[in-house]
Amino acid sequence: MTNNMADSVSAPSGLRGVASDWSADKQAFPVPWGKAMMWIFLLSDTFIFSCFLTGYMNVRISTTVPWPNPSEVFALRIGGQDVPLILIAIMTFILITSSGTMAMAVNFGYRRDRAKTTALMLATAALGASFVGMQAFEWTKLIVEEGVRPWGNPMGAAQFGSSFFMITGFHGGHVTAGVIYLCIVARKVWRGDYERKGSYEIVEIAGLYWHFVDLVWVFIFALFYLW
Amino acid sequence: MEHAQAQQGQQHPIAIYLWIWVLLFVLSTMSYLVDYFHVHGYLRWFLIILFMLLKAGFIVAIFMHMAWERLALKFAILVPPLCLLVLVGLMAIEGDYTFLTRLASFLK
Repeated sequence: MTNNMADSVSAPSGLRGVASDWSADKQAFPVPWGKAMMWIFLLSDTFIFSCFLTGYMNVRISTTVPWPNPSEVFALRIGGQDVPLILIAIMTFILITSSGTMAMAVNFGYRRDRAKTTALMLATAALGASFVGMQAFEWTKLIVEEGVRPWGNPMGAAQFGSSFFMITGFHGGHVTAGVIYLCIVARKVWRGDYERKGSYEIVEIAGLYWHFVDLVWVFIFALFYLW
Repeated sequence: MEHAQAQQGQQHPIAIYLWIWVLLFVLSTMSYLVDYFHVHGYLRWFLIILFMLLKAGFIVAIFMHMAWERLALKFAILVPPLCLLVLVGLMAIEGDYTFLTRLASFLK
């Protein structure tokens, strides 16, 4: 680690840097191993979500029955008027806000401000939990009121239900896991575990996971809800 | 310099996160408005994809600190997903083929 640090301070940048990072007999990525592994895990998760979204694209192209209009399906009646996609828009804003608070938690972590880091991480977890709550509401509405099932629905193409439950369910599962993960790390920050260890990189690694969940939602929002 | 920073952990002014936060809000609102004002056809697809990629780019570059990482890590993480474009292309062709087959066999 120390050795690597000394090596890489003088390491060249740009393409020459790529070659030297990979070819010299040393650690290729000058970041904590946990961070590199989290990035690689997220890369694999990217492929999983992409397979779901590609599968959704495929069934949507190939169906001969019209696809239900998400703008209408996900509309909410507010004050006697149908507002299209409003719940999804609110969920999007909540997730972005939680990403903002997480980014600041990472920042305060590196400044060794335990109180603010813990508070911001718990705020992130709370926003994440409210996101899952809204998703539960949305699922309930779709299943109970609209009669959407994985094998069919009254609005149009049968594949709508299976794509929807698969994609948002997997994403919601990630958010739920993220909330638990954040709570565990926040508790450790509060107890001062990382003070003893002398490094707050765990907060940044948890942050990477959380931002990824937000990132996936950006794609789901655009490709499933808006398309 | 860039590298020494990565070693000690990513430390940047709070202001940059707040700006990106605001920017993501604006971009999300704009993509929501695309739907709200019933923009259709190629313009809709173009705008949705544009806002999506901009948001994804800012999240990865700033929130996930990719902009400050070394090029070797950027390549290792950001290049492999490009393979997915091949999958998307193949599945789009496949989807069209299935659609035409269904038209030919079911809707005679």
